[in-house]
Amino acid sequence: MADNLLEIDNLSVDFQLPNGTVSAVKEVSFSIQPGETLALVGESGSGKSVSSTAAMRLLPELAQTSGAIRFKGEDLLSVTPKRMRRIRGNAISMIFQEPMTSLNPLQRIGAQIAEVLEKHLGLNRRQARPKVIELLEQVGIPEPSRRIDSYPYELSGGQRQRVMIAMALACEPELLIADEPTTALDVTVQAQILALLKDLQSRYGMAILFITHDLGIVRHFADRVCVMRHGELVESGTTGEVFGNPQHDYTRMLIDANPRGRKAPIDTTMPMLLEAEDVRVRFALKKRLFRASEYFEAVRGIDLSIRRGQTVGIVGESGSGKSTLGRALLRLLKSRGEIRFDGHDIATLDTGSMRPLRSRMQVVFQDPFGSLSPRMTVGEVISEGLRVHHPELNRRQREAQVIEALEEVALDPAMRNRYPHEFSGGQRQRIAIARALVLKPEFLLLDEPTSALDRSVQVTVIDLLRDLQQKHDLTYLFISHDLAVVRALADTVLVMKEGEVVEQGNTEEIFANPRERYTQELMRAAFVDAAA
Amino acid sequence: MTTDTLSDNRLSLSDATAGESLGRDAWRRLKQNRAAMVSLVLLVVIAVTCLIGPYLLPWGLADVDWNAFSAAPSLESGHFLGTDANGRDLLTRTLYGGRVSLSVALVATFVSLVIGVLYGAISGYVGGRLDSLMMRFVDIMYSLPFMFLVILLMVVFGRNIFLIYAAIGAVEWLDMARIVRGQTLALKQREFIEAAHALGVRDRKIVTRHLIPNAIGPVIIYVTLTVPKVILLESFLSFLGLGVQEPLTSWGVLISEGTDMMQSAPWLLLVPSLFLAVTLFCLNFLGDGLRDALDPKTR
Repeated sequence: MADNLLEIDNLSVDFQLPNGTVSAVKEVSFSIQPGETLALVGESGSGKSVSSTAAMRLLPELAQTSGAIRFKGEDLLSVTPKRMRRIRGNAISMIFQEPMTSLNPLQRIGAQIAEVLEKHLGLNRRQARPKVIELLEQVGIPEPSRRIDSYPYELSGGQRQRVMIAMALACEPELLIADEPTTALDVTVQAQILALLKDLQSRYGMAILFITHDLGIVRHFADRVCVMRHGELVESGTTGEVFGNPQHDYTRMLIDANPRGRKAPIDTTMPMLLEAEDVRVRFALKKRLFRASEYFEAVRGIDLSIRRGQTVGIVGESGSGKSTLGRALLRLLKSRGEIRFDGHDIATLDTGSMRPLRSRMQVVFQDPFGSLSPRMTVGEVISEGLRVHHPELNRRQREAQVIEALEEVALDPAMRNRYPHEFSGGQRQRIAIARALVLKPEFLLLDEPTSALDRSVQVTVIDLLRDLQQKHDLTYLFISHDLAVVRALADTVLVMKEGEVVEQGNTEEIFANPRERYTQELMRAAFVDAAA
Repeated sequence: MTTDTLSDNRLSLSDATAGESLGRDAWRRLKQNRAAMVSLVLLVVIAVTCLIGPYLLPWGLADVDWNAFSAAPSLESGHFLGTDANGRDLLTRTLYGGRVSLSVALVATFVSLVIGVLYGAISGYVGGRLDSLMMRFVDIMYSLPFMFLVILLMVVFGRNIFLIYAAIGAVEWLDMARIVRGQTLALKQREFIEAAHALGVRDRKIVTRHLIPNAIGPVIIYVTLTVPKVILLESFLSFLGLGVQEPLTSWGVLISEGTDMMQSAPWLLLVPSLFLAVTLFCLNFLGDGLRDALDPKTR
């Protein structure tokens, strides 16, 4: 097929590691036609990023590649490094997931974009400048002639990703490889970036290889889809075919992996467990010794009440203050305003009088890699709370409770002597849940507990949380930016923006009929229509 | 790293008990590093020789052989590495000197480790005003000239080997405190510390059980860099005549004396220098090996 722009033929990538060879990609073949969008879909560890990095010949030294990668008939695996440098950034370019770290923080963005032009088109600084301004304008950076001299830290995440796109487009490539370009961004920004990519694609006629784990994006964005799992290509076809009539079980599972079900409504006569009034949290921006400090108010007067057995969802984008509010309610942060837990006015308690209550209100955090101490075994992690709240227990009694907690979260109790680094993300999140549960709490703060997990794992964790709630009559405060997850779990929803509540009410009502413009925008951007 | 799949919550039972602890993992990787292992063995040999060697040799620390002044190394006379200008056996004196040098290194490093880790961890963990206060004190200590401190101590307490321990220890913990404070500031933001707060764990326990064990990697590496630094400091003090007193000696003193006779009796300089150099080389290699072994990125 001569008209293929990029043809990947029987590509295998093996990594030689000290403890054996790992096959990241196994005999994968696919091709991209000029001007089309191909989505490479898979969960973490599926080899989707490795295959695309191989096309750029950017894999680390210890990777062994076999097969062929042909770009317009030229085998990229056998060309000289010099030739490869001419292709990279010129005919094929790439944008990455992390806009925060893909730009050099010490260089002005203009200089970083100009570097590509100087390298590939032989322009000098002065000639490049108007072209850079033009590029910045095309990717939608406001005031490009002023922004060209900004440093990366002066731009937001979305703007940085736009700069990365400008850099990738500088030489009008025929193929753009986009490796999870919107994963680190808020949903509304994500929608803008996707629209920008679509627009630029039609203007330049370039092909896009779009790598993502998010099927919602794929459905709206791609012409064709390749599904990968464990380094193998399990299914490929046009977007309509794959979504309409998935052939492989795994594809079907991925498509169905949206959080389903709704929370059963609770008895509205249940007593209030947690009530908060006019909660405010502020952070000192600059501490001064003798003058008044400057403050930033992250949470601006929020009222909240949760009944026993209820789940309240808090939705918002990054910087909305939703996590700060959660931490303030647990008294992990200093706040103003009134907080009552089961009748106790906890806002005024000191550390010592707060301690007995801590076993009744627990927390599960977002980052499964950061929330477990890497130098404690799983057993030690889970039993730590018992040591604090039940010092009368002996070693064997503690151990028995740890085993019970591990079984409760469907983990093998024999693993309690292992260290956290040996577990996958989903397993670690289960360990974190076990740590909270072992104290038999009544109230659980869930701060984005599923956001760092693959969709299929997410579903199992959500099911677990739902079961545990029923079994132990737990009350949840569920913080998330993921509307689909909140919809599946919460009775009522609070939409937050810039430290204030934009809208709140019954979950179904808000999802069916959002009143505020911001909420509507959020819903549209998150493709919740597709998830339902 | 295991991959997330549907069977995410099930690990097979067979490998469930074969958990590998971080310490054992680091030890395994250290063992693969040949330079570090050779260094470790050599260090042990040197330390053991310094400890028991003097008992096996016929000469005492201050014994004068009236038949051999500045004698060259020879097997027949029994002075395997020669004698100094006063007829004292050089091997004996080098081994005694090694005891002093190595013990100063160990004690001063241990003192700096304990003070520095606790000081740094508390300062970083508590933060705010106390942190500023504690760190300004460190800055003030830094700004005092080291020699001035030592001379002051000498004047007040007279010459004493424990003064050297104290003086070096008093200076070395400053670096350690800064390193640990930096680590603590970074660790404090991690979610597992917040989770410990949510569990109601007491501050003291958070510092000892969560902060210090997680900061220990850089600390161990810094320790192996401190030991040679301390030996060199002691040598420097002794070289200037502020260190240990005759007849007791140290590697630094021996080297200092050796330089005076470099032309006529080069072994007086070469032998102690060789001991010192080998020890320092070994410590640096071991430090490098430990750094790699404890770095999770090399895993």
